[in-house]
Amino acid sequence: MSELIKIRDLTVRYGEYTAIKDVNLTISQNDFIGVIGPNGGGKTTLLRAILGLLEPSSGKITFSKELRNKQSDIGYLPQINKFDHRFPITVKEVILSGMAVKNRWMKPYGKKDNEKLNNIIRELRIGQIVQKPIGELSGGQMQRVFLGRALISDPKLLVLDEPDTYVDNQFEHDLYEMLVELNKRMAILLVSHDVGTISSYVKGIACINTELNYHPSNIISPEQLKAYNCPIQIITHGEVPHTVLGQHNHQHS
Amino acid sequence: MIDLFQYDFFTNALLAALLTSISCGIIGSYIVARRMVFIGGGITHASFGGIGIAYFLGINPMFGAAVFAVLSAMGINWFTNRGNLRQDSSIAIWWSLGMAIGIIFISLSPGYAPNLMSFLFGSILTVSGNDLLFMGLVSVVTSIIFLLFFKTIMIISFDEEFAKARNLPVKTFNYLLIILSALAIVASIRVSGVILVLSLLTLPQATANIFTKKFQHISIASIVIGFVAMFCGLITSYYTNLPSGATIILILTLFFAFGKMIIATYNLIRKRPQ
Repeated sequence: MSELIKIRDLTVRYGEYTAIKDVNLTISQNDFIGVIGPNGGGKTTLLRAILGLLEPSSGKITFSKELRNKQSDIGYLPQINKFDHRFPITVKEVILSGMAVKNRWMKPYGKKDNEKLNNIIRELRIGQIVQKPIGELSGGQMQRVFLGRALISDPKLLVLDEPDTYVDNQFEHDLYEMLVELNKRMAILLVSHDVGTISSYVKGIACINTELNYHPSNIISPEQLKAYNCPIQIITHGEVPHTVLGQHNHQHS
Repeated sequence: MIDLFQYDFFTNALLAALLTSISCGIIGSYIVARRMVFIGGGITHASFGGIGIAYFLGINPMFGAAVFAVLSAMGINWFTNRGNLRQDSSIAIWWSLGMAIGIIFISLSPGYAPNLMSFLFGSILTVSGNDLLFMGLVSVVTSIIFLLFFKTIMIISFDEEFAKARNLPVKTFNYLLIILSALAIVASIRVSGVILVLSLLTLPQATANIFTKKFQHISIASIVIGFVAMFCGLITSYYTNLPSGATIILILTLFFAFGKMIIATYNLIRKRPQ
């Protein structure tokens, strides 16, 4: 499998505070990596550095030729609670905005963009909400829409930041099934607070708590998590063995 | 009422109403959508500093207001982004600084400042040819920029981080639009004054937003609502001898209340069991 991204000795500091230190990680085609770690452990910092939103303090991120159009070749699904849900924008406009890149920002959306939009609408089954303002959507619908924005540019790598928050169990299950399908044509880097759930779907786990330890399997024991310096509580309830980071107050069917 | 149109002052006022409703309709929709209304308030009041200095120097107060409005708009952005200051604190500093400078320079100016009230509370019936030229320029530039770059403006306004990840010119657009907002505010000062101008940028949008949640529709409806309110305000103030700026704002508020009533009645009828 060819390598898409090579991260070597990456350190990011905010003033005196070191968010991530000497991180090494390689993301290859068809990888499905779950990124876990405690709050403030550097999960989002790692994503932001990959997306080019942060300058590394030291170290290097090398992108392969497949990601030469980094802007559109990396699809990004941010946390949906970051958005102003009353912003006057429709589902269609949000998804189409995924086609915007530096050298095309002056051009209006064209026929090709609309064709891609229609494909995404079909794939994500969101035809009924396409003209709706985003403020009228449920958490699950909104995740689909932002997934649509991330996918419309046919990315080679999909980066997701905690897509399982603010959604119900049914959508969470559907989402992960959808990601397994998508993983056949793109690499996925998924940040989650719920290693128990994602371990059923991912191929490898990156434990980050300032430093990163990569575990090349989806099965991880509490002892291994401890060895990786990932302070995670294990809670087992219902039928699903369940591991969470810190606070845990949602219900399971 | 037809005879009113024979007077130059009235046709000028109508033209001013049309031009400001265009710039305020578009810029107001942008400001409201991005939750920047308080920044608008800061810029508006800071521009009073420019009016005061212009009075003192004996130059056109609108020119002074424009320079101060642009400086304060950029200053608020700079203080917040580079100065590591909370945005609300940054706005409050520019807001009060502008007012203080304005008051000091007006008190230093020899004699009485008879036009001061028109800048504080507006006087659409006394707009000059130069005022109309400035309003026209701001309206045309605003319309062109939004027509050409609407897609990018929406992406940046909705999700700045995503726009940065896509390498869009986020900083350039943020500065361009805040400067445009400052100029639109100054162009509207002649209509409703420093104290009341913020309502021209928010009330039409709030009324439009009752009926539509789409940015383009809100902008167009705001232009129409703004112009109709200004027209009604002008006629009312002419016949009742009430201050025009305040009358326009009162009518805009009535439109908003009426809109709320319409939607409440509609929802009531819709929910009623058949």
